[in-house]
Amino acid sequence: MSAQGIKWFWFASPQTFFPLAGALARWCAGAAAVLTLLGLYIGLFVAPTDATQGEAYRIIFIHVPAAWMSMLIYVVMAFWAAIGLAFNTRLSGMMARALAPTGALFTFIALWTGSLWGKPTWGTYWVWDARLTSELILLFLYFGFMALQAAIEDPRRADRAGALLAIVGVVNIPIIYYSVKWWNTLHQGSSVSLKSAPTMAATMFTGMIVMAAAFWLYSIAVALVRVRCIIREQK
Amino acid sequence: MLEAIGCIVRRDLLLALRRRSDAATALLFFVIVASLFPLGVGAEPNLLRSIAPGVIWVAALLSSMLSLARLFAADHADGTLEQILLGAAPLGAVAAAKTFAHWLISGFPMVLIAPLLALQYDLAPSLYGVLALSLLLGTPVLSLIGAIGAALTLGLRGGGVLLSLLVLPLYVPVLIMGAGSVEMASAGLGGQGLLLLLGALLVAAAALAPWGIAAALRISTE
Repeated sequence: MSAQGIKWFWFASPQTFFPLAGALARWCAGAAAVLTLLGLYIGLFVAPTDATQGEAYRIIFIHVPAAWMSMLIYVVMAFWAAIGLAFNTRLSGMMARALAPTGALFTFIALWTGSLWGKPTWGTYWVWDARLTSELILLFLYFGFMALQAAIEDPRRADRAGALLAIVGVVNIPIIYYSVKWWNTLHQGSSVSLKSAPTMAATMFTGMIVMAAAFWLYSIAVALVRVRCIIREQK
Repeated sequence: MLEAIGCIVRRDLLLALRRRSDAATALLFFVIVASLFPLGVGAEPNLLRSIAPGVIWVAALLSSMLSLARLFAADHADGTLEQILLGAAPLGAVAAAKTFAHWLISGFPMVLIAPLLALQYDLAPSLYGVLALSLLLGTPVLSLIGAIGAALTLGLRGGGVLLSLLVLPLYVPVLIMGAGSVEMASAGLGGQGLLLLLGALLVAAAALAPWGIAAALRISTE
């Protein structure tokens, strides 16, 4: 370690990271619980009823943060994967592995709540809208990543193979998104589209941000707990 | 480097020539899948005409994916792959050569036979060229992306099903642009735009995928 600057690699070792992860996970879990309660209170009781969608819109407080997280976690996963390949740190691969199930869960929640929201507002559970379709493909990418890691017994090879797949996936995600978008306009599929409300009430926005923060903290807590399990398993 | 590439391509083509049934099976699969759809959805000509580009493209995609498992498996089993890895030729170039040879065996025949399937689906003769061209540009991309998956799943249990789970989501853009170009052309809008995009995808894949394949081969054989 050099005398000056931060010791970047100090916590890169599983042994030193293990207790830190435990402490961080507890704090994040507690904060996530508090923020979830606060966010749900704002969302369900404080925020006004929507003029056009009535009470049904309130699922936005789960749906939008979950959709944000589903995309963010894939990028974070690919980031750790790339770090793991570049610096050959074992912990990075473990982090990528620990994040994948949470990412898949949020993708699934986003799809599920989206279809529940679609029924009262669009009149159908599923449309081949560009966003829905690319979210579905994102779910498949998560499943592919987890299936590949589960199929390889040697953890080192599993981490490296998964890392390469995550990087290939993250390069492809923008291409997939835009191609699905073009496909959608080409087909003139659905006349219904997600109306983005530019004049969103301030309380609605606050509720959504609070819920997004809660989901962030939840993801961090769960990923850290899972990474602790993985460290224990491999020791 | 160039002689190494030429040597690998010649060797793989020769091996395929000695075992013709492998390549023929993939091509037959393509034809059979495409022939099953009219039996499933009915032989109404207007319906067939509208689904033809998508069906032919999905069949090509599945056939290309099925033949991927063979890309590195034999070389891995008899130790040739390890010798290639130890050899002086850059691994990326070797990976590109192997993928190119694989495409010549499995992808190129589909390009040639696709107009015949289009005939079955009563597609307008003016679209045969667009369909063949879209396959000519698109199937190499499928081989290049798929080769990364094939290299990653080398020697794993249940490799075939796993490979499809890894690779099929990544095939989506190629499918959309390939089938889309034929549909645009049939709607009179001209498929050139999507064909150019497909070409761009091919250039990008040809430039980047060999690195990915090489890295995946190193991970799988270390």
